[in-house]
Amino acid sequence: MLSFLLRRAGLMIVILFFVSIIVFSLVNVLPGDPALMILGQEATDESLEALREDMGLNDPLVMQYFAWVGDLLQGDFGQSFRDNTEVSSLLAEKIPITLQLTVMSFAIAVLIAIPAGVISATRKGTLWDSSATLFALSGVSLPPFWLGILLIFIFAVTLGWFPPSGYVPITENVAQSLWYMLLPAVALGVRLSAELTRMLRSSLLEVLGSDYIRTGYAKGLLERAVVYGHALRNSILPVITVSALQFAAFLGGTVITEEIFNIPGLGQLLVTSIQTRDFPVLQGAVMFMALAVILINFLTDVLYSILDPRIKLTGGSQ
Amino acid sequence: MEQTENLSVQTTKVQNPRLRMLKTMLERLWQNKLAVFGGVVTFLLIFTALFATWLAPHDPTEQNYSAVLQAPSSEYWFGTDNLGRDIFSRVIYGAQVSLQAGLISVGIALIIGVPIGLISGYYRGFIDEYIIMRMTDAMLSIPALVLALALAAVLGAGLTNAMIAIGLVLTPNFVRLIRGEVLAHREKEYVEAGKASGISDFSIILKHILPNTIAPIMVQATLAIAAAIIVEASLSYLGLGTQPPNPSWGSMLATGQGYLDSAPWIALFPGALIFITVISINLFGDGIRDMLDPKMK
Amino acid sequence: MKSTSEENQLQVHGLEVGFKNKKKYTQILNGVSFNVNKGETLCIVGESGCGKSLTSLSIMGLLPESGEVRSGEIRFEGQELTNRSMKEMSKIRGNEISMIFQEPMTSLNPVHTVGKQIIEAIRIHRNVSKKEATERVVEMFELVGIPSPRERVHNYPHEMSGGMRQRVMIAMALACDPKLLIADEPTTALDVTIQAQILDLLNELKGDLDMSIVMITHDLGVVSEMADQVLVMYAGEVIEYTDSKSLFENPKHPYTQGLIASIPKLQGKTEELPVIKGAVPNPDEMPSGCRFSTRCAFAKQECFDQSPQEEGTEAHPVRCWMYSAEWQQMTPLKGGESNGYTTDGAVDREPIRN
Repeated sequence: MLSFLLRRAGLMIVILFFVSIIVFSLVNVLPGDPALMILGQEATDESLEALREDMGLNDPLVMQYFAWVGDLLQGDFGQSFRDNTEVSSLLAEKIPITLQLTVMSFAIAVLIAIPAGVISATRKGTLWDSSATLFALSGVSLPPFWLGILLIFIFAVTLGWFPPSGYVPITENVAQSLWYMLLPAVALGVRLSAELTRMLRSSLLEVLGSDYIRTGYAKGLLERAVVYGHALRNSILPVITVSALQFAAFLGGTVITEEIFNIPGLGQLLVTSIQTRDFPVLQGAVMFMALAVILINFLTDVLYSILDPRIKLTGGSQ
Repeated sequence: MEQTENLSVQTTKVQNPRLRMLKTMLERLWQNKLAVFGGVVTFLLIFTALFATWLAPHDPTEQNYSAVLQAPSSEYWFGTDNLGRDIFSRVIYGAQVSLQAGLISVGIALIIGVPIGLISGYYRGFIDEYIIMRMTDAMLSIPALVLALALAAVLGAGLTNAMIAIGLVLTPNFVRLIRGEVLAHREKEYVEAGKASGISDFSIILKHILPNTIAPIMVQATLAIAAAIIVEASLSYLGLGTQPPNPSWGSMLATGQGYLDSAPWIALFPGALIFITVISINLFGDGIRDMLDPKMK
Repeated sequence: MKSTSEENQLQVHGLEVGFKNKKKYTQILNGVSFNVNKGETLCIVGESGCGKSLTSLSIMGLLPESGEVRSGEIRFEGQELTNRSMKEMSKIRGNEISMIFQEPMTSLNPVHTVGKQIIEAIRIHRNVSKKEATERVVEMFELVGIPSPRERVHNYPHEMSGGMRQRVMIAMALACDPKLLIADEPTTALDVTIQAQILDLLNELKGDLDMSIVMITHDLGVVSEMADQVLVMYAGEVIEYTDSKSLFENPKHPYTQGLIASIPKLQGKTEELPVIKGAVPNPDEMPSGCRFSTRCAFAKQECFDQSPQEEGTEAHPVRCWMYSAEWQQMTPLKGGESNGYTTDGAVDREPIRN
């Protein structure tokens, strides 16, 4: 177990190193002079040059890279070009908002996918199965921004049940906060939910045909107990793998969902930073997202081993 | 060159079983009604995109201030937008943009990804294990849309740059897929036999390994086109893809969102088209996958 | 076939079971009847595909979704089972009738400990605490000969050998003191030495726990070791039904004779074993006459056209024309068309032993 953790941690560091190279080179080929951006058009050449020297922009790229990574390792993400706020405090402010969105979406995705997948697999060939399959098929083809606009049109503009956009901090008013976040969470969650339904159905069908399911019935269990007590846990393993693989796409979906519903989270911060060429913020946001994806995949591997006792976490090859 | 002759003799010999296999595969595809539906709709969309000039009743960029925000009618089938442009014509031209973006960006990803995957998987070694694979890991751990956004911003807004950005973002998927296929095939007898008889690595890769990876590449490429269309529409929605006044489904959605209460058709028609296009391509792609290998499901 | 009596644990009469899909219904079991007396072991013998497993699943009410009991009776302690709902059946399964399966390697859920799986079985049927149930598991593990039972409770299936897993399956099946145990080829997947241990265990437990056993097997060695009564099945029909002793001493049906002749003997010459040629006919292509006629060495013209009835004595019925009054008058096949046993060697043994 320990050697597995160490091995995976090593791999994570290597991948993060490559992510940092990608992020760094992205920003350093972006057109635009950061010094000019900070000081504005009226700045004199001398003051611009002084600031460039001060920011290390005249150093060789390799030096700049190591200086940047060195700061990152100390938790220093730099300051925003726009108003000099610490990027780390910006991230700290935005992350909980995006976290609320992702957690709610994920919960919605799972709450739809588990019953839909189970019904679909246990009532194979019925109308229930066809409906769940139709949902899965159309859900994976629904981009979150289109679904978001559709939901706004139906539930906010036409029916008036929900606010069309906006955000209320959960610390301010829990009910309001959840209410505002519900449509965005659905817009983001449906696609994942469809993907999970599809996976769960096929994996559950396979498991339901196995010998130990027959044993379950033979010892007198009813269908509900067999499905939820025995089949589901075995069939959930591949579903977890898929969720982890989908996590990057899921996180990408928050960017556009936040933009559509005007939620001031990490995604909106990222889009704004691109539009305003606010490099330190852009770098910080992308680094954080990649870190989140890498961590989630690591945790999935650990969770997998807990759920399936046959898998031994050793340092051996994966 | 003697070898080629031998090969061609063999090919004619096995022609019949191959034809029979093709026939059963096509029959299997035909039996999958959803895939047939997807294929037909995809074909119709390609047709529409190709002949947009003839099919569109209006100039998609022509503004008409006497016909602003008009509801769908016999003159403007899908209504008009805030600048009095015909939504129907813009949606048709938008199909051109979307399909072009899907095809070209996947083409870019294939051109870069296939050789890297083939070479990386065939030669293995340090560069494969520690540079190429970890680089794909790193790229895949940055959300595709985020990476595409950043790349599009670097390259500058516009459809061409958006397609390059999407192509680069999709590349690691193909590198991974093809490398995996090569690893599965490089130990097989026919590759060993080829090596033993002194065929160059280059022709082993090209003549023996590549043909075996075509089927999974085809499936992945079809599904990637659908993904690319979504990313292009997202970039355009955020203002980094197709630039106004050129029509794109994504930017039409962005405009339409502001008029959901007064003129919902501006957003609803391009949105519906995105959905129809993506689901058709996905259904068709799933169908091809089941056709090539029913067990892969 | 046989008369009923108070001693019957299980009576099956005229059982017809088949599979239906959208287009058609295919009948597999064709009027299967037998009795299991209290405390006795009945062995059902036949090649794979003869319907022996389907018979056991019908008793348990565990037919696959497309399976259907068309007609016939299954009476357990005099109560009809075929018309029970899923819920009513689940109260009987694992409680009064238990079953163990052929594949100990895959019959246990890999993600739960073996103890948990047996505790679950106990607590469905008995209102006991988790602790009491655990004690019962330990007791059962001791009974079925699992060493250091208290530790083994916490093992996962993959941490045990095949033989141990089959013992776990037996412990699970017996945990609620069933009156009838159905064992579907319980030793087929195991090593020969382990096979013998498991059979001995079952014999021993049968005496101790006073239960009846229905043992399904293709192996006549298992039959000789276990059976009180033997039911020979062929292509969905019962073709011979008698006690173990007379089956081995006086097999009547040509198929049974063939099976017994193909057992390797320790004495005498062993180089060439007689085999039954051919394979069980497809359910869709059953001969209109005797189902064994296509492979029978003694078949006469009429065997191919008309199904034989039950002949022989009440204690030893057999479904074959040879034992009918008409046999002498029936038309023999023209010379050279015999399709009887040969001594071609071991290649053809496959369909019998399977």
